[in-house]
Amino acid sequence: MDFALSSEVVEFRDEIRSIIREFVTPEIADRMHTTGVFDAPELNLELGRRGILERACPGLGKGDPIEMYVMFNELEKAGAPYDGLAVALMIAAVVNKLGTDEQKERIIPSIISGEALVCMGYSEADFGSDVASIKTRAIKDGDEWVINGSKMWTTLAQVAEWLILLTRTDLDLPKHKGLTMFILPMNTPGITVEPVHTLGTEITNATWYDDVRVGDDAVLGDENGGWRTMTTVLAFERGVMGGTNAGVPLLRHFHEWAVANGVFDEPTTRERMARSIIDMQVATLLTMRSAWIAASGGMPGLEGSMTKVFAVEAYQRASRWTQATAGPAGLLQFHEEGAAGEGFVEYDARHSPVMSIYGGTTEINRNNIAERHLGLPKSR
Amino acid sequence: MSVDLGLSPDQESIAELFNGFFSNEAPPAVARAAEPLGFDRELWNKVIELGAPGMGCAVEIGGGGASLGDLVVVAETVGRSIAPIPLIDHLAALSVLSDADLVAGEVIAAVAVRPADANGIWSLVPAGAVADVVIGVDGDETVVVRSTPPMSGPRNHGSMPLADRSAREGSRTVLGPASLFEVVLNRWKLLTAAALVGIAEAAKELGVAYVKERTQFGVPVGSFQAVQHGLADLPVAIDGGRLLTHKAAWALDNVTDGLIDWANNEITDGSTLATMAFLFAADGAVMATDRSLHYHGGYGFAEEYDIQMYYRRARGWSLILGDSTSVGLSLADRLFGTVEG
Ligand SMILES: Cc1cc2nc3c(=O)[nH]c(=O)nc-3n(C[C@H](O)[C@H](O)[C@H](O)COP(=O)(O)OP(=O)(O)OC[C@H]3O[C@@H](n4cnc5c(N)ncnc54)[C@H](O)[C@@H]3O)c2cc1C
Repeated sequence: MDFALSSEVVEFRDEIRSIIREFVTPEIADRMHTTGVFDAPELNLELGRRGILERACPGLGKGDPIEMYVMFNELEKAGAPYDGLAVALMIAAVVNKLGTDEQKERIIPSIISGEALVCMGYSEADFGSDVASIKTRAIKDGDEWVINGSKMWTTLAQVAEWLILLTRTDLDLPKHKGLTMFILPMNTPGITVEPVHTLGTEITNATWYDDVRVGDDAVLGDENGGWRTMTTVLAFERGVMGGTNAGVPLLRHFHEWAVANGVFDEPTTRERMARSIIDMQVATLLTMRSAWIAASGGMPGLEGSMTKVFAVEAYQRASRWTQATAGPAGLLQFHEEGAAGEGFVEYDARHSPVMSIYGGTTEINRNNIAERHLGLPKSR
Repeated sequence: MSVDLGLSPDQESIAELFNGFFSNEAPPAVARAAEPLGFDRELWNKVIELGAPGMGCAVEIGGGGASLGDLVVVAETVGRSIAPIPLIDHLAALSVLSDADLVAGEVIAAVAVRPADANGIWSLVPAGAVADVVIGVDGDETVVVRSTPPMSGPRNHGSMPLADRSAREGSRTVLGPASLFEVVLNRWKLLTAAALVGIAEAAKELGVAYVKERTQFGVPVGSFQAVQHGLADLPVAIDGGRLLTHKAAWALDNVTDGLIDWANNEITDGSTLATMAFLFAADGAVMATDRSLHYHGGYGFAEEYDIQMYYRRARGWSLILGDSTSVGLSLADRLFGTVEG
């Protein structure tokens, strides 16, 4: 095996690092916690201006999954707000793969320039893990589609330009077959957005669709082919767009605090820290493996599930022991005097639980591994 | 140079050769028959024919010229089969020893993984019961001693050929300062990590096969989600351990002045990675054998079933280096520097 990045990728990484140094200021990192929006428009614009988004987007430019992994890993390790960017790039890749020429021209430039964000409307109040059972309806009316229903957890809907929306278009087909995906502007009449505040500061949304009218040009992929579009989205995510090294900045913040407060010499703390550092290495190697499989022409879907299960629990372990070790200082929030890790210890204890929920829960991922990797019979 | 996380075609052949060899020559019944000592001379003679003992030595001295990555592949097959031969210890010792009889495997070498005590005794040396040559640290020197192996030792959890050996009696050569031993110990940790990954892999396979076959309530127990989820963690730990072990091998072979920049998760220092791989693989092997044994129900506890042999070795092969806290703290020293005072 070879673990060295090619010189080209090293150059790319160094460029990302220099952009991070310039654009991921403490103010920007802090802003995500006051606005509840995990996105940095100025960073996106700079990445877009330099052609990096086009270069990293699968199917466009260079589309090297190793570079994609490197970019998001660097952003994540730096504690940058990158969620908006990850979703937008993923959807740009799907439009590029499944969209019509007209859609590509209309939508992709706005994303790879770093200007437009995308929000995803799949989950509903009553259907999360069982997302194929969603009820939001799209009905054909002449040349148009009329959409009615509601979605839950439509993160970034308050700032996004585009919405990718999973609907039911045929009630007679089996649940995975009667679905159609749309992509439409968020300012289309009939869409209402209501904030949902969360434990981890992020503000997500409930969204409503009342007689929302769109044309055929809003259908992404085939009519009744929505499930294929869903799986394409997941395939592009591949577990390489961040979300696997969230413990790295936490450990750094905790360590600074522990050293400054003279508590880092405690053997229990040193051992726990060392073990979390092992976890972070393993998480990044598993992520790199997914990227490498994708770069070699494979589809690392299952490997993505494996990486996520491990990486998320590793982050949760780190968050648990750092807070427990910090004691009262681990309860203090950002900007409070004496807060452990400048408040990150407290924040990560609130943020880490969501990681085993969104983007497919840990149980769903374990089902996946059990059935597809171990070949055990379906349990549901 | 660019990222390549697959085995090379050569390594694929090595894996096939050794997996095939061990499944023919060393099915679990062989490990069972070799208990409690944990050594099968006949099997050792057969691996000599494969050229395994000198595999990692230079071709000019009759070795196989294998890379550390190649040796990792071999070590994993040793773990998978729990073959009762001290191949890992021998390969590790030969990182610095090159006597012709050792390269040929006519004479077996062991690694005293912990320094000698004040009386010059290396306690509980893995493979110490059967090795003719022992390498280790005595005071501030790395020494190698040839003496007659006792061919017996204390009965132990992992059915390993452990024995106390003297660092001073017998034919003793000083190789250099104690620091020289780091190369040997790194290789021992690395190959042991790979063997522990092999143990975890075998435990996973035994467990999965069992739960597909065993039925209760009219269905295979492997269709129960609680069982599935317990097993689903195993391939993750195995793949993670394998990647980390190979990264350590890559770094030890290719990287000088590697990074220990944990704050940015950039670690390319081979020695640090070898200890990380050792700790991670040890945890993985313990977890995999725990769970696999558990999902065997009562039968896993029966001596007649193979999983209990893996369960004991997962602990034996890792704890022989030292308690896991001390090993964890030695890693901490490397990552953060030592604590003063
Ligand atoms: C902060 C946040 C942001 C999100 N952003 C978005 C977004 O932008 N767009 C979007 O579409 N969705 C988004 N989601 C939704 C997310 O994808 C769902 O929450 C997730 O899929 C789980 O669905 P649920 O919440 O309905 O939980 P449920 O599916 O009701 O699950 C409840 C519990 O039951 C377990 N469970 C469910 N099914 C099984 C099974 N078959 N076997 C074993 N256990 C099972 C789950 O693992 C979980 O622990 C977001 C969620 C959160 C919290």
